[in-house]
Amino acid sequence: MRALYPSPRSAVLPALWAIQDELTYLPAWSLEVVATELGLLPGDVEAVSSFYSMYFNHQPGRHQIQVCRNVSCGLRGSDELLRHLENWLGVEDGGSTTDGMFTLEGTVECLGACGGAPMMQVDRFSYENLTPERAEEVLTKIRKQEPRGVE
Amino acid sequence: MDDEKVLTRHLGAPGLTTLAGYEKVGGYQGLRQAIQMGPEAIVAEVKASGLRGRGGAAFPTGTKWSFLPKDVFPRYLCVNADESEPGCFKDRVLMEEFPHQLLEGVLIAAYALQVTHAFIYIRGEYRAQRELLERAAKEAYQAGYAGRGVLGTKWDCELIVHGGAGAYICGEETALLESLEGRRGQPRLKPPFPAVKGLYGQPTVVNNVETLSNLPYIVTEGGAKYAALGTEASPGTRLFCVSGHVERPGTFEVPMGKTTFRDLLELAGGVWRGRQFKAMQPGGGSMQVLGPQHLDVPLDFKAVAEAGSSLGAGALVVMDDSTCLVGVASRLVDFYRHESCGKCVPCREGTYFESELMHRLEAGLASRAELAELSDICANMDGRCFCPLGDTATWFVMSALRMFPEEFESHCGAGRCPVRAGAEVAA
Repeated sequence: MRALYPSPRSAVLPALWAIQDELTYLPAWSLEVVATELGLLPGDVEAVSSFYSMYFNHQPGRHQIQVCRNVSCGLRGSDELLRHLENWLGVEDGGSTTDGMFTLEGTVECLGACGGAPMMQVDRFSYENLTPERAEEVLTKIRKQEPRGVE
Repeated sequence: MDDEKVLTRHLGAPGLTTLAGYEKVGGYQGLRQAIQMGPEAIVAEVKASGLRGRGGAAFPTGTKWSFLPKDVFPRYLCVNADESEPGCFKDRVLMEEFPHQLLEGVLIAAYALQVTHAFIYIRGEYRAQRELLERAAKEAYQAGYAGRGVLGTKWDCELIVHGGAGAYICGEETALLESLEGRRGQPRLKPPFPAVKGLYGQPTVVNNVETLSNLPYIVTEGGAKYAALGTEASPGTRLFCVSGHVERPGTFEVPMGKTTFRDLLELAGGVWRGRQFKAMQPGGGSMQVLGPQHLDVPLDFKAVAEAGSSLGAGALVVMDDSTCLVGVASRLVDFYRHESCGKCVPCREGTYFESELMHRLEAGLASRAELAELSDICANMDGRCFCPLGDTATWFVMSALRMFPEEFESHCGAGRCPVRAGAEVAA
């Protein structure tokens, strides 16, 4: 990763991604490892990891639900969608379900799928033109595929 | 109509996301031709095309390239794939449907600029698209279009797909460079501009995905032919995203200058549910609101500027007559508050106070004095922020207030949103 870039520091974001892909979040020790590997201070790496909203410093749910509520989605019912999912999952915006299956986020950037508004992104997949019922169906299907939840 | 398309001219061809599929429709012929032409001829062709940056600032691409100081190497090319403008989703479409067209464009630009490293900075939320581009880049390496000695020449070019991690500000070109260097994505002071001192302190060009995706066509068909698709003042075609209250939201490639907002609205099936048109935002979340009187304005840089807005990133958000403009403004201001990077005070504090006031106004709790205070805060932010994020955080609010003053005033002391209350009575 280091060798890919003209300057090793550029590997900070990719390194943090690689760790988060493996561990689902970035424990404090992992920031120190990145710092040592790239010749930086731990504070340098923490300053980066805390700036970007997609890096977690605590364990999130196994699946991340991001409900886009920016202007295009807002015009087509994303607030109702979020409220419905909050009730249905029993969590508030930013919270995780007690079984550790889902983290619900309703404060995200425009997710660039305004043509299919309202939409949500679950992990890396977009689900567009949603109604509350269809969103429930999607999440039920995901839940069924992983019946054990987080160990 | 098909001969009027550039970016989407191959839409529907089988297997376009693979190298083989793209080569079948003539893919990478542009790169071969570009290498035969040589760097200077490519720059001349791009200048002749009149191509202007499609990220929002609309700066002439050929001119931007020519700002690179001669004989200073290494130089870098960065592709801005950090598309995060509210209402904008065209770069996503270009990457999902035509990843090799983008890579070919990147390689043509890289050859024209004689760079050896081209970085594609793609927003963290586009994880699936990042992986798609990584696969496409791998294919390009294997076919000899990238890597060591491209197509048997002495020119080496690395293609590096670099994922962001959730920060709207990284779409600002100097913040993007900071992020790419492994730092917090906060903008740099300009000048020096990236063309002189950019990535790692070296001359750097930052171009948008759509801008570069036009290059294969411009090289193979000629800049003049590209320019003629549009008008003299607004050459070429452009991919517009239409969303909000329309029947068929989506992206539409249309000739610049010759098409009006009304034409775009019709392509998207018109206002939904048989409702009336109320307002539109022509360039994405940052741009000023326009009203029904502007529907016949052509998609021309100057004409839209004269109407009081900008084509920005090419995103048209349509609002029907049930929409509360105060509510829309409040949502946008919340977004900017969340995305303010914290570097400068007018933006960091301004978006905070702006959004607090907007919440009170939306709920019908603000007084007229507070509405005046809102204007005051916006006036103190616009033009005084370190980068455009803070300035643009005021544009929708202020333009909506100018165009629909009675709607803002009717919220003052109403105890709730009068637009929504009115809609409930009507229902």
